[in-house]
Amino acid sequence: MTESSIPSTGRKARRTPLLDAHPRSWGRGFFLKLALMAMVDALGIYGLFMAWQVRSMVIVAVLGVLLLAANAIYFSRRMVPGKYLYPGMAFLLIFQVFVMVYTASVSFTNYGQGHLVGKDAAIASILAQEQVPVEDSPAYPVTIMTRGNDLHFAIVLDGVAMAGSDAKPLSPLDGAVLAGDRVESAPGYDVLADFASMAARQKEITDLRVPLSDDPEDGTLRSTDAQSATIWIPSLDFDEISGTMTDRATGVTYRDLGKGEFAADDGTKLAVGWRTGVGFKNYLKLFTDPSISKPFAGVMLWTISFAFLSVGTTFLLGLLLALVFNNPRLRGQKIYRVLLILPYAFPGFMSALLWRAMLNTSFGVINQTILGGASVGWLENDWLARLAVIGVNLWLGYPYMFLVCTGALQSIPGDMMESARVDGASPFRQFRSITLPLLFISVAPLLISSFAFNFNNFNLIFMLTGGGPVHGSDMSKPGATDILISMVYRVAGVDTGTPDYGLATALSLLIFIVVGAIAAWSFRQTRKLEEMV
Amino acid sequence: MTTVDTPMAARPVINKPRRSLWWRSVGWRHIVGLIAVVYALFPLVIIVNIALSPGASLAASKSLFSSVTLGNFGRLFSDPNSHFPRWVGNTMIVGTFTAIGTVLMGAAASYAFSRFRFRGRRGTLSFLLVVQMFPQLLSFVAIFLLLTWIKPVFPGLGMDSLTALICVYLGGALGVNTFLMYGFFNTVPQSIDEAARIDGATHTQIFWTIILRLVAPILAVVALLSFISSFSEYVIAKLVLTTDRNWTLAVSLYTLVSDPKEPHWDLFAAGAIISAVPVLLLFLFLQRYIVSGLTSGAVKG
Repeated sequence: MTESSIPSTGRKARRTPLLDAHPRSWGRGFFLKLALMAMVDALGIYGLFMAWQVRSMVIVAVLGVLLLAANAIYFSRRMVPGKYLYPGMAFLLIFQVFVMVYTASVSFTNYGQGHLVGKDAAIASILAQEQVPVEDSPAYPVTIMTRGNDLHFAIVLDGVAMAGSDAKPLSPLDGAVLAGDRVESAPGYDVLADFASMAARQKEITDLRVPLSDDPEDGTLRSTDAQSATIWIPSLDFDEISGTMTDRATGVTYRDLGKGEFAADDGTKLAVGWRTGVGFKNYLKLFTDPSISKPFAGVMLWTISFAFLSVGTTFLLGLLLALVFNNPRLRGQKIYRVLLILPYAFPGFMSALLWRAMLNTSFGVINQTILGGASVGWLENDWLARLAVIGVNLWLGYPYMFLVCTGALQSIPGDMMESARVDGASPFRQFRSITLPLLFISVAPLLISSFAFNFNNFNLIFMLTGGGPVHGSDMSKPGATDILISMVYRVAGVDTGTPDYGLATALSLLIFIVVGAIAAWSFRQTRKLEEMV
Repeated sequence: MTTVDTPMAARPVINKPRRSLWWRSVGWRHIVGLIAVVYALFPLVIIVNIALSPGASLAASKSLFSSVTLGNFGRLFSDPNSHFPRWVGNTMIVGTFTAIGTVLMGAAASYAFSRFRFRGRRGTLSFLLVVQMFPQLLSFVAIFLLLTWIKPVFPGLGMDSLTALICVYLGGALGVNTFLMYGFFNTVPQSIDEAARIDGATHTQIFWTIILRLVAPILAVVALLSFISSFSEYVIAKLVLTTDRNWTLAVSLYTLVSDPKEPHWDLFAAGAIISAVPVLLLFLFLQRYIVSGLTSGAVKG
């Protein structure tokens, strides 16, 4: 049953002309396939060409393999399962599997604040940032102009009008109108003349560095008062042969010691470094740096208890409600069900944010209305915040369990209950010995997947408490309700502005291992694998 | 509707008045139901109240519906910093295409697993089972690097593009959903395919014209679940979409209230209500399928 290789007959062609992708019968489906493949190939070849242009050899290789595989699979008469698996697998391999492998490789680098770019870019950035004014530089009267939204400086240099921005080095300005030694206007530019608009962009103007040429060592044009501009040159001199940076004023030499940064002999480092491999340093830091290793165990414990408690509480409430409403004589079951699953249907992140508003200490409705003006710091005390997280997750999650339990209860055969009753079993005994075991068989896999979901329930934690409350001012330290996945986000430092991606990916990898272990254990428990495959 | 008789109802109670019998077997359930409904609905009432109250701070919405205004809804559309219509549009585009792609790719994969016996089938299934346990969110740094890498090659697939975000979400299409669908596909008898094949249908025809129709309920469930998960996804959307006009609702609504000094709860509430209504309707409409889809996957047909 590997291939539906029934020869096409005239009768078949007549009866089923629709969507036949068999090359032999030249149906509509075949041309559809041809058109689709032509598009895919065109896109792929364009991509190959572009990737070759920018010398991304990994992209060339991956794209080439994917393209060849697509053509082989779809134009072959064999490999039928491949035709159905290919699209999903291609996406899975790139955006799920590859990024996991890539995560692992980033975890062995120093990628993060001060180490965001490659070495060449880092050198250019150092030369552009560490600058001193040239002592005898003339002060050129400067005109500040905008083109689109970009600020430009325009000056008169040796009688020629020149203009440039931070992205575009100084170059001759065509058609400029001069007034003495100052540029008055130029076609295509708007002159920023009035005080108000200059004041509005004051910081941008004083921060603007217009390179004199493509070579960063030539220096830049800067203006501190928006009236005149002077030339600044790098305070450091980069020697390409020895690969060292030398301070022009003090003569101190900064060397590349293989740690992704320039360092002087006395240990001072230049602020900008580059990405480079650091081996197991990030992993060592996870286990030895007390500011991370100490909270790590606590976060781990809280993650597991949070996931367990969430599954437990939602399941109990859901089961209870399912038992209450599972009565044929109860009227309005449908209305009850629709109303009860509303919290599940309301998008989860919005609910979490809504609860954050409701649990607000001074204005939230829980304190103000329900507790009559109390000021309980629901999201400010460690244990109250944990209680709040579990409580909110109960509200979010019980409808799912209610639906699942209702479905499972209704699938329990009625004659089984009947015979138990005839045998004189009490209602409680019937529940304990028949309903519950049968229920567990059908909901156990869902409980496990619910556990896995909550183990990684980033949205709830992030939206409700932000992982907090955090003690102290260091926002990169985990808070009381941080679970592993939100700790990764915190360590990554996307919001705090001091990212440490190397450390965050190392933590990610550790979580991958923990998740993998839990998964392996749960598969063994349920024997789901054997059952499914 | 239900097959389980409650023991209470069946036990003969002769001496008690009928009313008390009704209370013991059914009436108290209405009381529990009422409490449960209040519990389920009261936060939703609160959000409507915040949306209808004037003033951005929560203090203004202290007493329920004391003053009602539609101004917050108006400001969502008129405020120059709010690109609300675009945010809704972006979310719909991302959600719809992710849902369609997920359903098609998941259904195709489930069809292959359910109907063909090929070398590596068992291995691929186990591989999927393992991969789906690892959340994509944990790889967000690598996703960011990958997209900056792709940008010079496929400009439309780089950072700040909705297409890129859809592609990233589609990377997770074959995870959980394949198993949900695979179980359902197995409940469709093979004899139907055999009959069609004897009549000369190809595997493509069987897939598109026969199987897909028979598994429509699970397709609806997977489409809904995938729509909702891309609707609610924050981290990757925030990372990929850098300009505010390109944001999805999860990013924009969070941003509205994330400034601790000046949270715009009023705008958040109004925006949340508008954007939740279609999801709620979709959910209620597909409710029946969801129950059967979730449990059939679990009970395993």
